[in-house]
Amino acid sequence: MALLEVENLEVCYGLIQAIKGVSFQVNEGEVVALIGANGAGKTTIMHSLCNLIPKKAGKVSFAGHDITAVPAHKLVPMGVAQVPEGRRIFQELTVAENLRLGYYTRNDKKEMEETLESMYERFPILKERSKQIAGTLSGGEQQMLAMSRALMSHPKLLLLDEPSMGLSPLYVNTIFDMIKQVNKEGTTVLLVEQNAKKALAIADRAYVLEIGKIAKSGTGAELLADDSIRRAYLGG
Amino acid sequence: MNTLINGLCLGGIYALIALGYTMVYGIAKMLNFAHGDIIMVGAYAIFSTMALMGHAVPAIVVAVVVCTLLGLLTERVAYRPLRGASPLAVLITAIGVSYLLQSIAQLIYGSKSRAVSLGNFGSVELFNVSISISSLITLGLCLIIMVALTLFIKKTKVGCAMLAVSEDRAAAQLMGINVNGIITLTFAIGSALAAFASTFYLMQIPSVTPTLGSMPGIKAFTAAVIGGIGSIPGAMIGGILLGVIEKLALSIPALAPYTTAIEFGLLIIILLVKPTGLLGKKRREKV
Repeated sequence: MALLEVENLEVCYGLIQAIKGVSFQVNEGEVVALIGANGAGKTTIMHSLCNLIPKKAGKVSFAGHDITAVPAHKLVPMGVAQVPEGRRIFQELTVAENLRLGYYTRNDKKEMEETLESMYERFPILKERSKQIAGTLSGGEQQMLAMSRALMSHPKLLLLDEPSMGLSPLYVNTIFDMIKQVNKEGTTVLLVEQNAKKALAIADRAYVLEIGKIAKSGTGAELLADDSIRRAYLGG
Repeated sequence: MNTLINGLCLGGIYALIALGYTMVYGIAKMLNFAHGDIIMVGAYAIFSTMALMGHAVPAIVVAVVVCTLLGLLTERVAYRPLRGASPLAVLITAIGVSYLLQSIAQLIYGSKSRAVSLGNFGSVELFNVSISISSLITLGLCLIIMVALTLFIKKTKVGCAMLAVSEDRAAAQLMGINVNGIITLTFAIGSALAAFASTFYLMQIPSVTPTLGSMPGIKAFTAAVIGGIGSIPGAMIGGILLGVIEKLALSIPALAPYTTAIEFGLLIIILLVKPTGLLGKKRREKV
């Protein structure tokens, strides 16, 4: 059974239908990538999965539960965490406060400190800056913080929306290494990316989104080798 | 000296009210123009309880309970259905709630002013000046309330969640924060502060009318804007600043008739120099 199952999802902005019946699945333990050009509807799908914007039609289930209409804040305790596009860390709070908010829905002080410590181990820079206001971090550090903050809730499924956007190549590698690492530790990942090459390289399976519809799907390696994909997304 | 204490005292009251405006604005992103009238309802609650029981302490407790419930009720009935509606619709609704509360008060109590005495506290000699004890109580309690509120926001998990909702509502939801719950709590806190404000107000001016909330409401809103709307320390500083200026201007005979003009003039000057208010931050518009 798929961990996340999306069936015939449709999303509208006013009269404009942005997502025109999209279906895909993410199985437990996988990294699944959703790639596509700017405006294809990747972020719209991510937002609608967590009901930050309403769905027009379709069904979403997670671990056998129907979560089509479950509000975002109730998804976190179920095991769904999203790192939104543009990181959206709380700029005016400290690094440590941001991380603690990631643990908001759980209530075990000891476990929280342990989780916090494991995040600091992964990214020692966050520990060094734990008392610093998050808005003063660099873009790459903010992305690390955003991902660590999401992991604080011990999610089963991590939704990553454009984690490499606007980052230097060095940080892009760090972030993709982290995604592999997190997946190896047992978290299932749905990754939305414009950096198709990197995304396909780490994805077990991937879907190609074109103007609100799934145009193609396959394993990461298959799509990397596909000529039309190469031309459209990988620069020849 | 006495003017300064009185000014700080009035400033404390303005600050308590301004906190209600600024917290609701920061978290729910709306201007609750009915906030001043919550103070009026609190004052009538004190009046009625005093008439029944004749003692100040239960009257204050009743006022806090009534105001808190009223804040929750208006949020639930009037504002929550409009979440996501245009800010103008919410603003007009808030003004409607304000008139509604005033009219209900007028229906129940009539439009004549009613006298409320919370007791005579006398005065003490400090540094050769006689200072009324009620002023000292007001000042002390305002300080305690503001410190407690600051600690609550800075040190507790829920306080941190309030700051998160105020900065980025969608991201806060993704943390598992129930935004509606936080907004409800904000209204409850703001209204409870308003009840304390009405208590202190009655200690200074012991009478109540259905429009009692209008002027302190407007002044406190001005204070919140001067301090930077959405900023909690800003509301405290703005409130105290405005209270001190008001009492200073009133104590100088040549300026006294122009007191209100001076206060609003100050608002204009501050907005010209720093459009976001003293402690207000410029928000980057997200594209």
